[in-house]
Amino acid sequence: MQFSEHWLRQFVDPPLTSAELAHSLTMAGLEVEALANVAPAFGGVVVAHVLAVDRHPDADKLKLCRVDAGQGETLQIVCGAPNVAAGMKVPCALVGAELPGIKIKAAKVRGVESFGMLCSSRELGLSEDHSGLMALPSDAPIGEDIRVYLALDDRLLTLKLTPNRADCLSLKGVAREVGALTGVPVVLPPIREVEIASDRRREVVLDAPAACPRYCGRVVSGIDAGAPTPPWMKSRLERSGIRSISAVVDITNYVMLELGQPLHAFDDTRLSGAVHVRYPKAGETLLLLNEQTIEPSPDTALIADERRALALAGIMGGEDSGISDATKDLFLESAFFTPDAVAGKARALGFSSDASYRFERGVDFAATREALERATQLVQEICGGQAGPVTEALDRGHLPKREAVRLRVPRAEKILGIRLGAEVAARLLQGLDFDFTCEGDTFTVTPPSHRFDIAIEEDLVEELARLHGYDNIPARLPQGTLAILPQNEQHRSVWRLRRLLASRDYQEVVNYSFVDASLEHDFCANDAPVALANPIASQMSVMRSSLIGGLVSNLITNRNRHLERVRVFETGRCFLRVAERQAPQDAEGNQIAGFLQPKRIAALAAGPAAPEQWGVPPRPVDFFDAKADVEALLSPRQAQFARFDHPALHPGRSASISVGGMVIGFVGELHPRWVQKYELGMAPVVFELDLDPVLQQPLPGYRETSRFPAVVRDLALVVDHEQPAQPLLEGLIASAPSFVREVVLFDVYHGKGVESGKKSLAFRVVMQDTEKTLSDGEVEAAVVKMIEAATQKFAAKLRS
Amino acid sequence: MSDIEQLVARATAEFSGIGDAALLEQAKARYLGKSGSVTELLKGLGKLDPAARKDAGAAINSAKERIESALNARREALRHAALEAQLKAEALDITLPGRGLPTGGLHPVTRTLERIEALFRAIGFDVADGPEIEDDFHNFTALNTPENHPARSMHDTFYLENAPGLLLRTHTSPIQVRYMETHKPPIRIIAPGRVYRVDSDATHSPMFHQVEGLWIDEEVSFADLKGVFTDFLRNFFEKPDLRTRFRPSFFPFTEPSAEIDMSCVFCDGNGCRVCSQTGWLEIAGSGMVHPNVLRHVGIDSEKYIGFAFGMGPDRLTMLRYGVNDLRLFFDGDLRFLQQFK
Repeated sequence: MQFSEHWLRQFVDPPLTSAELAHSLTMAGLEVEALANVAPAFGGVVVAHVLAVDRHPDADKLKLCRVDAGQGETLQIVCGAPNVAAGMKVPCALVGAELPGIKIKAAKVRGVESFGMLCSSRELGLSEDHSGLMALPSDAPIGEDIRVYLALDDRLLTLKLTPNRADCLSLKGVAREVGALTGVPVVLPPIREVEIASDRRREVVLDAPAACPRYCGRVVSGIDAGAPTPPWMKSRLERSGIRSISAVVDITNYVMLELGQPLHAFDDTRLSGAVHVRYPKAGETLLLLNEQTIEPSPDTALIADERRALALAGIMGGEDSGISDATKDLFLESAFFTPDAVAGKARALGFSSDASYRFERGVDFAATREALERATQLVQEICGGQAGPVTEALDRGHLPKREAVRLRVPRAEKILGIRLGAEVAARLLQGLDFDFTCEGDTFTVTPPSHRFDIAIEEDLVEELARLHGYDNIPARLPQGTLAILPQNEQHRSVWRLRRLLASRDYQEVVNYSFVDASLEHDFCANDAPVALANPIASQMSVMRSSLIGGLVSNLITNRNRHLERVRVFETGRCFLRVAERQAPQDAEGNQIAGFLQPKRIAALAAGPAAPEQWGVPPRPVDFFDAKADVEALLSPRQAQFARFDHPALHPGRSASISVGGMVIGFVGELHPRWVQKYELGMAPVVFELDLDPVLQQPLPGYRETSRFPAVVRDLALVVDHEQPAQPLLEGLIASAPSFVREVVLFDVYHGKGVESGKKSLAFRVVMQDTEKTLSDGEVEAAVVKMIEAATQKFAAKLRS
Repeated sequence: MSDIEQLVARATAEFSGIGDAALLEQAKARYLGKSGSVTELLKGLGKLDPAARKDAGAAINSAKERIESALNARREALRHAALEAQLKAEALDITLPGRGLPTGGLHPVTRTLERIEALFRAIGFDVADGPEIEDDFHNFTALNTPENHPARSMHDTFYLENAPGLLLRTHTSPIQVRYMETHKPPIRIIAPGRVYRVDSDATHSPMFHQVEGLWIDEEVSFADLKGVFTDFLRNFFEKPDLRTRFRPSFFPFTEPSAEIDMSCVFCDGNGCRVCSQTGWLEIAGSGMVHPNVLRHVGIDSEKYIGFAFGMGPDRLTMLRYGVNDLRLFFDGDLRFLQQFK
């Protein structure tokens, strides 16, 4: 909603500067998005009459003009505008005038003296139009300051209205609000019933009263539709961003801006019989004013005559029944279409109109007739014609209800946290023209017909708060019971994990949750991903079921920027379709039936294991680096790693990760197939873990430390090359007596001294009893037992 | 000079000429060893008459002490020199860089989220979470959004294919609904998370972050909302003089509703390019929880009232660290991300 400040001040003129006025509107919830001058600063420009135009003696494109600028003597001015002609009125910058960017001096132009400059609209900073001189109306008073004549000391206010404040989509509405805010009385143009000078009338029938409970129409006959729109009206429309089209159309737009009631004008001679408001018949089509032919949906109300559809009710008129300069007889429509009937209809057709914008938010249903009178009055003033009687169809039962709303002042005070009192409340409600009765500090308020946003007590509380001023409500630090927030020590915060990965040289990223379907296919073998019905781009069309695809994309992005070493991690939800509700691992991720939305933590490392540095031989990052990161994340809990097939990973260099017997993720090198397809060079290593199990951590428990000496024995066991180390280690631990404190694998060897096809695994066994010093016999027996277990279960041999 | 004095002088001179510990010990033997010069002198005492023996003994012992003292001094000097030599040999070029892994870092927006969580935890707000694939009931209906509201359209909201009524949450407000469904007042939570809207240009990303705040109790007022949020902003930006401005606005799920502006953190409200010369930056939406929202989750709206607010941590991050393009957050460009260690 954009309008001229002058126009507003004609209705209500508070003693505030433009900036103060804008501020008070903003602080009352009518946000002033922009406050701009109509014209830039300039001076010394007056209305001038071009008396005569002659050729310039030395230049084909220049003219020599004799101009009356009301200065007592005629001025000789050289002008290059193509449209300059004797008799026209134009703005003339006198010698000494200061225009945006230039100062006008008496000068010689191609040898001829020139005393001023005739101006285009662009030279005055009024528009971009530089096609010729700005032609002024023939009655423009010669010599008058152009700023006064064109009211250029005006400003434009642009409101960004919230959808509940449709009542402020008019000058009348904004003026009412300014009146309530400042206490200055509002004076609207008087609207009287026009004199009925014709008996021509057209009946109106409401066949769809739920969509249109009130319709007023009137025939105005014998008009001059070609009459020019008066400059004052044109200027106000333009300052509201509406282009002048023709007198009648301009009048309907003007009344809409002034009063908030959209109107429509039909060419009466193109109508046949009564006007109906009805729903479309099957297959019915309509050519709209915007030259779009539509087949309206069955719930879209139409204006129709006895033969055909004429217009989309409250949205847009039809091409065939519209007015032209030749129109003699008008049928003017002023109706109330209900918000529910209009809402979303224009948007569904792919456009928006000023009328639909207002009707879907709510138009004052008590001012329908008044707007019609106002429009008739203006038509008669500008185009002449005889007004017929108003035909009105009304279905009161379908008009919006205005139920009384109770307002308890103490309740308002509690919600707002201030003292207000019944007297102040009453004064504020009066300012808004709300009808109310009161009993003590309880009010019963009936909202006016122009307000569609007052239905419950809180709506009135907001009105009180708004008018009282949000600024006048103190900012108070709350007082409450101080209770410590519980903190479960066995559940770490995700921040701990983020910091841990960051300290291991991973950089966190945030990737889109929607990805290209190919990433789901390649890295998850998921050919039925959760897809969006309306993605904004194909590479963002499906929901990720793993974080890996995004991390690989990060690698590619950074490789393209010549970064060799890339280490990234992300935490976030993944999305999977499941047959039915599964046992929740993370309660929030399992609240939508048919889907799992687990939170995961994943990382990717590519390139050298460490940045190139002195004294450290370079080597590429490998499986065991990533595995160490996983172990660090899970510490102090121990994970089990098992061979594992995953579509993203190298089958021989990947493992599932289990904790407490439950698989919670995987770690591995990217499959060579993808390394090749995505041209990644060296294979990156990745891991992905369900977040919730990683957050679990046991409460530490005390075990007695021993005062007796520890005995250390190293065992080198030769096993098949294929034998995984972890089961062997677990077998050793299982067979060891309780005083074996620790068994650690500290070396893996194959080569000289070890039979080919075999490898030697070296374990360090630490034994220590808490009760006594271990005897040699006990130590030897333990070692023998462990070797036996390894021999029997894993065909291990002690390396000699 | 007596013989004894000469002996002491010779020993002292000899010791100080020796630069090696082993040679020094050999020299020691020559004076103090079993057949060393001093020992020989002591052996010769027996031949003297008792009267002379006493004086000569004292002289010899004094000489012995002085020789031992010279020896020890030389030993100490040699040890010191050896240590000096060792330290010199072991000296490193300490200007060489340290070895090992550098550190990575958090994403700037999660860094902000961590900060927001910490600030609100400090006044007793718990952190709540919820699903990102939501149903239209929790995302819209329970938040008092009318059936024909434009936000519900496919123009604004991402819907799932073949899953009627399911969508990507457009705000974190459904978390407050879910929380209120399962918790009784008093409720004090913030709900950070990713949200999604059909929007993509220089200032809009189809995925972004929000932090929702909710406080429900018997006595919570608009004045408290102003206090809490102002306090938060001042602490987040570490600007004790930061000012806020609450403007009436409209959201379906709050009444009264307020848009929150804060004084521009770049120009302290004097007007600059960032705040379009207004001195103010729009930073959050807020209001008193609409009674219909409380009713939907079975909370007595007569007994309990509360406030809610929603802010954009992406924007807070941009303002805090001077980032001028939202899209940088989701690009995965390490050159950008590594600036936020």
